Formats: sequence, structure tokens, C-alpha cells
Amino acid sequence: MSNSSSGKRGSESRSDSLTKYWNGNVRLMLILLVIWAIAGLGCGILFADTLNEFKIGGFPLGFWFAQQGSIIIFVLLILAFCIAMNKRDEKHHEDLKSDESQSGGGI
Amino acid sequence: MSVLQWTWIFVIASFSLYLYIAWRSRVKDTRGFYVAGRGVPSYANGMATAADWMSAASFISMAGLVSTMGYSGGVYLMGWTGGYVLLALLLAPYLRKSGRYTVPDFVGDRFDSNLARLVAILCAIFVSFTYVAGQMRGVGVVFSRFLEVDVNIGVIIGMAIVFVYATLGGMKGITWTQVAQYWVLITAFLVPAIAISIKLTGTPIPQLGLGSTLDPNVAGGEKIYLLDKLNQIQTDLGFNSYTDTFVGGWDKMNVFFVALALMAGTAGLPHVIVRFYTVKNIKAARWSAFWALLFISFLYLTAPAMAGFARYYMVDSLNGRTEESLPSWFHSWEKTGLILWFDDGDGVIRYSNRDDNEVFNTKGLNRSELMGLIEQHTVWRSTEGREGVDGRSVMREKGIAGPDRDIIVLATPEMAELSNWIIAFVAAGGLAAALSTASGLLLVISSSVAHDLYSKIINPRAEEKKKLLVGRATIGISVIIAGLFGIYPPGFVGQVVAFAFGLAAASFFPVLVLGIFSRRVGTVPAVAGMIVGVGFTGFYIIASVYGGMGNWTFGIFESGIKPQGIGSIGMLLNFSVTLGLARFFPAPGPKALELIDLVREPEGIGPPLDIEKAMDH
Repeated sequence: MSNSSSGKRGSESRSDSLTKYWNGNVRLMLILLVIWAIAGLGCGILFADTLNEFKIGGFPLGFWFAQQGSIIIFVLLILAFCIAMNKRDEKHHEDLKSDESQSGGGI
Repeated sequence: MSVLQWTWIFVIASFSLYLYIAWRSRVKDTRGFYVAGRGVPSYANGMATAADWMSAASFISMAGLVSTMGYSGGVYLMGWTGGYVLLALLLAPYLRKSGRYTVPDFVGDRFDSNLARLVAILCAIFVSFTYVAGQMRGVGVVFSRFLEVDVNIGVIIGMAIVFVYATLGGMKGITWTQVAQYWVLITAFLVPAIAISIKLTGTPIPQLGLGSTLDPNVAGGEKIYLLDKLNQIQTDLGFNSYTDTFVGGWDKMNVFFVALALMAGTAGLPHVIVRFYTVKNIKAARWSAFWALLFISFLYLTAPAMAGFARYYMVDSLNGRTEESLPSWFHSWEKTGLILWFDDGDGVIRYSNRDDNEVFNTKGLNRSELMGLIEQHTVWRSTEGREGVDGRSVMREKGIAGPDRDIIVLATPEMAELSNWIIAFVAAGGLAAALSTASGLLLVISSSVAHDLYSKIINPRAEEKKKLLVGRATIGISVIIAGLFGIYPPGFVGQVVAFAFGLAAASFFPVLVLGIFSRRVGTVPAVAGMIVGVGFTGFYIIASVYGGMGNWTFGIFESGIKPQGIGSIGMLLNFSVTLGLARFFPAPGPKALELIDLVREPEGIGPPLDIEKAMDH
């Protein structure tokens, strides 16, 4: 699906959808980086002393975040990035293809 | 069979495997030599990256650091894994899309300046050499402890092996050997950790074992959490509690800055970044970042468990023993000087954080000093203090206390009385970790010199055959220089390795991020930012470590910032200088803008295409 008007020339709508694609990438990246900062720098360090008052099993929570939790979250963040970005790439290709067929011209 | 025999078997078997792989993956062109023909599948690249990343320090020293530091050891765990998130999100896919061979290559083209390229080359070579020297030494230490050969002969054997597979196969040979080395090192790390976890807590998963209760047989019928017991013993002996935050000189601000510097430094280290150039396309680059961190996390999540177990054994199994009842691992490690006992005369060993501590190591003492001290101490004991010198007070003055932390991973299997083959296997794992990192670093040095300096600056019209020859020659020479560093270690190496991260954080990381995410930053601001970042960080480190300068508080922090954490400030300076100057200097030229667009746009329409073909032909 394309939201660029079919009256535009192919190359312009291509750069439109590129900008859209890129801005989306940056937004996704920023969201993931915020989670990264909260998990590692936040729970593992800045709030670690407060979290240490709670326990899961034998682990004080702040200690657990610093030595286990943050690492697990880091792995999951990269996994989420891979899946989301590879989907975005595919969708972008579809957008371009439908643009191409609508404007009737090549790129 | 004895530990020695088992070790020989594992070492010979694993080395033969590496050589066989090297022979199978020899290369004929520079593309194969520098980026493994860009044909490495993402999971394999993930394993190779993991092996490349996990050095002798990760394998041998990290658990030891965590073991002695407790909570604060988390800075290394978080720093060295958190950096991969930055790498995966901000750099890896885009640098792969650029289609370049090396980091200086990208920096030079993006900022359209041979000066930027040269600064990047120098940073890459400096960081890699300081790192590689430590690896070669690690090989020597493992050889000398487990195979009872001289440290230097160990270094030479290690050099010979790396020489063969690096010159023969370049990046391709290195990548596939690293895949094998990953399996050797991770198995060698996990098997003892699992065995010890079962023994101590009855749980086969070490990560859960650390948070479980102690096996009643071990704890003497008591039902108590391992970590609680550990805190209790630690406090009794005058150490800081194991799980308490911000104790022992590690306040919140320092933990924060050191972790941040390690994270940004990890993302900026050239030998890690270069791994993402070896895969087929961007999709594979993203996936290999995921595989890399997943494979790394297996070790990094196990290390803190191992650290906790080792700490328990160390404080629990030493205290109260006498000469006769000392465990056998104590004697075998006593020979290496990593652990040492100065008795106060009561014949009972005491390891504590107070003045009555009797356990030390011999780091920083030479052989004659040590022999003299032991002799004096014996006299002191036999005359009940009338003559001779109390070895303990000498050690206290020198600031030496407790066993060397490198002992933790290598000796814990012995402490837990595991089978001989497991102990021997750990040695093979340590060698795999050291060799895999050394070879990755050597390739970065070779590519910086042969590709960036020779083919791009000195002789751009060189033929393919000649380029490959120069590449092989530089890697050969680098192996020899690295080996010499291993045999005659320059005193500064140990300290510098930790600072390499600060320098990478203050130089490469901001330049690469802004190079990709800003269309406004041109040549002058980028070069100025790099110079300010590296200059400031380098100055602070040199002045505070070698010049005796006090740590700066910047007027807002309670205690001064540690030199390991200064890279964070250097990085912020670099970012602000670059962005501040950007508005006053011209934007990048059309060639650089083209590169930015190329890097940002997703791969071609339809199924992801092989960019290499699109670019070369």
C-alpha cells in the first residue's frame, strides 16, 4: 500500500517513501534504545540500590539486573530489532512495487 | 589419566582441528582475505564474532573480577554486552550496506578525507596491538600452568598456529577456525559451571543455581540461599557484602560512567565491527549481531554464577585449613605464584579483609624479591618475631592481598574436585579464547596497513596479486611483533587494554554514529571531534595513571571519576564538538551524501540482492 499520490513522478514518490522508511527506522531505534537504557543503565545501576530491597528467589533484584537481567533484555532487544527491521524492509519493497505499478514507470 | 595427559590430548586435538580447517579454507583473492568472500552465514558469523570477542580476559579473568568485586563486577558484564545493542542498532547493518572492507575505509570515504582515514588507521592499529599482546601472554600462561612448559615456548607455539591459519586463509580461515574455537571455549566454560552448580545447589542450570539454596550436604544441613550465605561469610571476614550495591570505591556515578564507556567502546572496536562486513547482506548483518550476542550471553550469563560459586569455595575451603589439610589445588597454584600463604605462626590459614589476612599473590614481585621475602618470613616465624620480617606487613604495604583473580576460572574446577578431563578441557578452552581473539585482531592490523594504508593511500594502483601478498606479509609480521610483546610484555599493556575501550568510545563511536545518522556533519567537525575526544581521554588516562593526577570531580560528583570511565566524558565531548562545529563548516560533498543515501536505503527491490555483485559489476 502506498500513500503517495499516483500523480507524482516515480523518483519523487520513491524518495518520499525512502524518507518515510528512514524516519520509521529512527523511531524504532530510539524506542529500543530507551528500553536498553532503562534496563541496563537504569535497573542495573541507577535504581539498583532501591531494587536490591526486593528479592526474586535468592537474588536481590538490583544485583540480578546487573548480572543477569540486563543481559537477557539486551539479547531480546536485538532479536526484536532484527524481526521488525526485516519486516520493514519487506514492506518497503512492496510499497515501491505498488508505486511502480501505479505510476506506470520504472525507477 | 592425569590432568597433564588429558591436557596434551585436548590441546593437540583442538590445534589439529584448527589447522585442518585453515587448510580447507585457503583463499586466492583480497575479498576472501579481508571479508571472507562475504559468504559467511549469519549464525556462523555470530559464533565467530563471539569467539573473536571473548578473549583470554573474558574467559579467564572476568569471572575472577566479578568474584572479587561482587555487584560492581556487573559493569563488565553489562558494559561488554550492552555495547552489542548499540552496535546492532546503530552501526552493523549500515556499515555492511556501505560495502567497504574496514572501518578506516568507511571513515575515509564518508568524510572524504585521507586525514580522517589516517587517524582511524592509527586508532585501529593502536587498539588492536595493545589487545593482542595480552592474548599472546594468556596463551603462554595457560601453557605454562597446564603443560608445564616455559611461558615463552607457549607463546611461540601459539604464534606458529596463528601464523599458519591467518596467512593461509585470511578472514575466511580465521572465521571458520573461530567457529570451532567458539564451541571449544563455550563447552569448556559451561561443563565445569554445570558440574559445580549441581554439586553446590543441586540445580543443573548455573544461572538458577546462583539464586538457589545451598545443597544441605554442603551447608551442613542448613537451608540457606547461596547468596545469603556468601554475604554472611563475606561480612564475617571483613569483606564487603557480595550483593550490596556501590561499595568499595565503586559509587553510583563511577559504575555508571565505566559501564557507559565500555558499552560505547565495544560498539567502536574495529575488530568487532569488521566481522559484520563478512556476511552476505544487511539482513544477515542484523541476524549475525543477534546470534553474536546470544552466543556471547551463554558465557556472560554463566560467568557471574561461576564467580559466586568460586567465591564461596575460595573463602569457605581455605579458612581454618592447616598445612596438612590444605586442598591439593592450593599447592599446584602456589607454584605459579598466583596464590601464596604467609602464616602468622598458628599453622591455620586465614583469608580475610583485615590485618590478620594470610593469603596473597606474587603479582609485581620478581623472583629474587619473592624468595628473599619467603626466607625472611620463615625466619620471622621460627624466631617468633624477634628476627626476620613479617611477610604479611610487607604485602599489606604493597597493597597486595588475596589470591590473583585469574585463578578463579582455571582453579575452581579443581576446588570443586571435578574429574581430571574437565580440568584439562578448561585449559583447551582458555587457549581457544586467546587464539581466536588474537587472530581477529591480527587481521584488523593487517587490513589497516595493507588495505587502508597501502592500497588506498600509498599505492592505489597495485595489482590484486600484489595487494594479497602485502596483506599476507603484514599479517605475518604482525604475528611476530605480537609474539614478541607476549615474550617481553611491556609493563603498560595490562592497564592499556582497559583503556582501549575508553579511546574507542571517544573516537570511533561518535564518528561512525554521526557519519550514518547526520547528513550535516562534514570533514572538519568530524576530525576535530575525534582529535578532541581522543586527546582529552588520552590525557586524563595518562595523567592520572602515570602522572599521579587526582581524579576529577567536575565539581558535581562526590568522588573523582575513574580513568576507565573517562571515555564516557570523552565521547560526550566528541559529540558536542562535532555537532557544535557542524553549523559553521560546509556540509559533506555530493560523493559523501551519495554514500549516506546508499547506507540508509534498504536493500534493492524484490528479494535482497547480493550487494557485492551490484557494486562490483
